[in-house]
Amino acid sequence: MDEELTKLPAAGPVPAMAKKDFTSDQMVRWCPGCGDFAILATVQKLLPSMGIPREKYVFVSGIGCSSRFPYYMNTYGFHSIHGRAPTVATGLKCARPDLQVWVITGDGDALSIGGNHLIHALRKNVDIKILLFNNKIYGLTKGQASPTSEFGKKTKSTPYGSIDQPINPLAIALASEATFVARAVDTDLPSLGEVLRRAALHKGSAFVEILQNCIVFNDGAWADASDKSLRSDALVQLVHGQPLIFGKDKNRGIRLGKGFLPEVVEFEAGKPPADILVHDEAAQSPALAHLLAHMSHPPFPSPVGVFRDVKQPILHELMEEQIAAAKKSGTPDLQKLLTGTETWSVN
Amino acid sequence: MSATQTPPSQSSTPEKPVETVDSVTIRFAGDSGDGIQVTGMRFTTATALAGNDLSTLPDYPAEIRAPAGTLPGVSGFQIHFSSREVLTPGDAPDVLVAMNPAALKANVKDLKNGGILIANKDAFTAGNLAKVGYAKSPLEDGSLSSYRLIPVELSRLTQNALEGMNLTKVHAERCKNFFALGMMYWLYDRPMDPTLKWIEAKFKKTPEMVEANKKALMAGNAFAETAEIFSHHYTVKKAVIAPGVYRNITGNEATALGMVAAAQLSGLALWYGSYPITPASDILHELSKHKNFGVMTFQAEDEIAAIGSAIGAAFGGKLATTGTSGPGVALKSEAIGLAVMTELPLVILDVQRGGPSTGLPTKTEQADLLQVMYGRNGECPVPVVAPATPAECFTMVIEACRIAVKYMTPVFFLSDGYLANGSEPWLIPDAAKLPRFKPAAAPAKENFKPYERDEKTLARPWVTPGAAGYEHRIGGLEKAEGTGNVSYDPDNHERMVRLRQAKVDAITQDIAPTPVMGPKNGKVLVVGWGGTYGAITAAVKNCQAKGMSVAAVHLRHLNPLPPDLGSILSHYESVVVPELNLGQLLKILRAKYLVNAVGINKVKGQPFKISEIEAGIEAAHKGRGGN
Repeated sequence: MDEELTKLPAAGPVPAMAKKDFTSDQMVRWCPGCGDFAILATVQKLLPSMGIPREKYVFVSGIGCSSRFPYYMNTYGFHSIHGRAPTVATGLKCARPDLQVWVITGDGDALSIGGNHLIHALRKNVDIKILLFNNKIYGLTKGQASPTSEFGKKTKSTPYGSIDQPINPLAIALASEATFVARAVDTDLPSLGEVLRRAALHKGSAFVEILQNCIVFNDGAWADASDKSLRSDALVQLVHGQPLIFGKDKNRGIRLGKGFLPEVVEFEAGKPPADILVHDEAAQSPALAHLLAHMSHPPFPSPVGVFRDVKQPILHELMEEQIAAAKKSGTPDLQKLLTGTETWSVN
Repeated sequence: MSATQTPPSQSSTPEKPVETVDSVTIRFAGDSGDGIQVTGMRFTTATALAGNDLSTLPDYPAEIRAPAGTLPGVSGFQIHFSSREVLTPGDAPDVLVAMNPAALKANVKDLKNGGILIANKDAFTAGNLAKVGYAKSPLEDGSLSSYRLIPVELSRLTQNALEGMNLTKVHAERCKNFFALGMMYWLYDRPMDPTLKWIEAKFKKTPEMVEANKKALMAGNAFAETAEIFSHHYTVKKAVIAPGVYRNITGNEATALGMVAAAQLSGLALWYGSYPITPASDILHELSKHKNFGVMTFQAEDEIAAIGSAIGAAFGGKLATTGTSGPGVALKSEAIGLAVMTELPLVILDVQRGGPSTGLPTKTEQADLLQVMYGRNGECPVPVVAPATPAECFTMVIEACRIAVKYMTPVFFLSDGYLANGSEPWLIPDAAKLPRFKPAAAPAKENFKPYERDEKTLARPWVTPGAAGYEHRIGGLEKAEGTGNVSYDPDNHERMVRLRQAKVDAITQDIAPTPVMGPKNGKVLVVGWGGTYGAITAAVKNCQAKGMSVAAVHLRHLNPLPPDLGSILSHYESVVVPELNLGQLLKILRAKYLVNAVGINKVKGQPFKISEIEAGIEAAHKGRGGN
């Protein structure tokens, strides 16, 4: 079927672009010092290098501080309603496979009110890139416990301490059979940039948890991960095919101990034991990724980087295949459709 | 009256006399596993082919298979056919076919005095009688003496007919609905061929079932002719119907076909996001079959995702639609507000059912009108259209799509369970003559403003992602007029609230003058909407025939209302509004036009009977209120 709307100005060769081309004219209204600034800058810096015309990008968000993101991108954008960004993004991407669709969400938006949509966008392997800014607090509504707030956390809504167990975003993504799962830290710009580049290149759902600091309502929530001096002991960088080694002196590693539980081993720098776990992001089984997702600092280092990157059929391609097959077996004839199979004539 | 059964005689029986009747209503009733809906649909097709006008009403339980033989498991199918115009499925049946005691108990009170009652005698066992509280068999205790009772050993006769076929008893038993259908075909002189052909196609994977069902159908037909049960049979002459090629169509089928047509007429690909819900699911099923038209169907994880996906598809430039029933509309409300704020074209189907809450999933009601009009936060106007008959779902859903695209707005299409599952003959339209509608052309790139409005329609431009130089952001926060940037300015907010309202009001420019059935001035005006059309029209015609000063208008546009409606209302002494709710359109009319209208209201999960509306009109005519 002809589609005049999608025939609008055709993209020629992609013009060279820079960060400023992806920066909108709207004033950024996050609190000074918010972790969101660094993420915005990283995305604006990444996109010009991806070889995709600017007009093909769409940023879709829900509600929350992070969800203001689309207003600051000089691309197409849709600031939708609380928790529902994955649904809008799903419809948009399946209807318009030519677009690259990103979802910007937060811990409350994606894991509380929108939990159902996150699960289903991932299990259907919709080709969207989901960035979950996790600051373990409700910021826009001014400081209530979120689904990732730690047990016992005192907030405005939990003055005696939160009595809810926190949810693990990566474990949810893996349980939903997400085909790309990664984690990055807002202050580690090179690693963040690399994870986002990998997410952008992935075909299918990409889920990235970004540990992000809320300077007003939950400052220091990720202090160990964000502080350069602490980071090397608090984090382990995942590299495909490489052993899980961490520490300032690269003298500690992760291996599987009794009961298939991870344990930290120390060794002389440069001489890791042979049984150190080797990362395999391409494993079809999500078992290793699950194990890593459940390691957190302390006592373990929290893994950052790409946990999982596997290929699975993509929703919009499956839809297109069915439509193409149906078109092959029967040309659309509206009159025939309206007439149906059982008719009679009145003279 | 009771009749003795004798086995079909081998000797040829003399031809029985044929009596011509104007109009007949038959109800088939049985267990939900008895094949009642199939039987009803086959009788409908045969009747359509016989040239009668007709209207049908399936009435089935919410349970897929309630315990056999119980009242909750009773499934019914009513058909009204005539040599004259048929407007409703009929008030009271002339014939009831009851497959078991539960079906008898649930339905016999509706049967006309003197009506024919065919009961499957074999199902009147002590166990089945006890299940529904009959101490003695009503077939034998004289309690049915006001009907022409015809007990038939349907199970035994069917099994006899299939003897030697090597079928299990269970399989043979399943053919008894075709035996009963065969009897009805003889009684009302319907053609057998279409059903025989249908059986061949339907059961082609199991040749023994083709043979068994065909045998049962023919045996039933022969039995009715030869057994000493019926002294004569009936014929209903062809109705005078506009010439052309017809098919039978249900409201849900017509809705789905209308959506496919709307996509073709607009040149836009169709997106349908939906979550299964009774009585709307059949639209999803139907659309899913038509992928060769490029139709994209998306079964979402919930009602909110269904509309969310449609809003995304609308942003992407597709003909975006979502469908549900009342409970689903409640869940979609926030997202509908988003579509109003972002001014994207979207059609929302609400196939109403009995409420509140889960209510009566398989029964009809018109109680969502105020929900679709006002059930959202903020000032959130949404146009509403409503079809009047099953076949009209086709044209009205196209109208909903047209309004959505032209005015850049979500639009409600308000159907109901009665329209959705009911059927009527449809004069198949010429696809080439259906009116086309195209989205407005994209504005110039220079100084492009996503919220700059067309002067006539007040619609904003529909520029979709992928268009270079038009990059812009939309969302649920209040928009600055023109630029669409986020704005908290008080004056801007009031201006935008009024603009969104004015845009919906502007649709009145597209609404044709309202046809009035009856005198332009008079005593009583009946105002209806939706699936009550048939009952209202028949009741008004009856009242007019009695010499009463009564007219009727039937609204297809409920928001905005037709611009001439206020003037029409002022020409009658009283206004009566029949609705299957407690008076929802009534409230709107009284508020908008300050008219002293009264309601005729019913909330039983069942459509109006003509007589109920007639009584209300007569009361108003005498100067008393509705109900």
